[in-house]
Amino acid sequence: MSTEVVQRETQHVPTAARQAQPVSPRVDIVEDADGITLFADMPGVPRDALHVQVEGDTLTLRGDIAIALPPGMDPYYAELRSSAWERSFTLSRELDTSAIAATLKDGVLDLRIPKAEHAKPRKVDVQLT
Amino acid sequence: MVATLFRTPASLFADLDRIQREMERSFGLPTSIRAAGGAAFPAINIGSTADAVEVYAFAPGLDASKLDVTVDNNLLTLVGERKLAAPPKGGSVYAEERFDGSFRRVISLPDDVDPAQVQARYSDGVLRVRIARKAALQPRRIAIN
Repeated sequence: MSTEVVQRETQHVPTAARQAQPVSPRVDIVEDADGITLFADMPGVPRDALHVQVEGDTLTLRGDIAIALPPGMDPYYAELRSSAWERSFTLSRELDTSAIAATLKDGVLDLRIPKAEHAKPRKVDVQLT
Repeated sequence: MVATLFRTPASLFADLDRIQREMERSFGLPTSIRAAGGAAFPAINIGSTADAVEVYAFAPGLDASKLDVTVDNNLLTLVGERKLAAPPKGGSVYAEERFDGSFRRVISLPDDVDPAQVQARYSDGVLRVRIARKAALQPRRIAIN
């Protein structure tokens, strides 16, 4: 009995994996003097299903779309054909990845990555002698 | 569970796009640097149950009070506006892909819906509209004496 269940689950993996093929969220990226601000549209992602990860110089945003669906629903039409968002970016070394601040509100991720101290523009005072 | 919503008879182009993405992934290449499709905003998925039609509009970052949802002559109309904050002065913009401006989407509903019974909810950037079907038209089991 239990082996049967296990088998059925393994058989389901390919379909599940295909459905989970993530799509790229649309983003806006703006740089100012102190850092970079990134906005990503990730509708349907609750806070606990969002993963912001930095590995080396790669920033990965991933969010699983969690929507409560009524039981027995037949799909009619779909423009969004995935159940996850995912996108990766390469970060400049000038950015301080240890100080990333992220907020998620109404499906919009707001990510702030400050520049490392040494990369910020400095004003040099010129002294007249 | 979410997956069932997306398993629709796919269009040819969506399938080709998916195959390309799967191939890129299986070769270890990064997925396209471009964002998902040039679809209209908001993207809409529609599902049906025995007693209602469910419409999901993926519209992140909206002010729900400024969203206008109407049902008239079996047409569901979603009207709204998303105003993005202007980038700070002197900043350099590297990507500007997100939708900015007003939108209007109209969906034709089946004949058996009841325009008096519409519920709309906005959470996590998804607008969910549930339009109930008329009770009299729902399939009924007939008892045999």
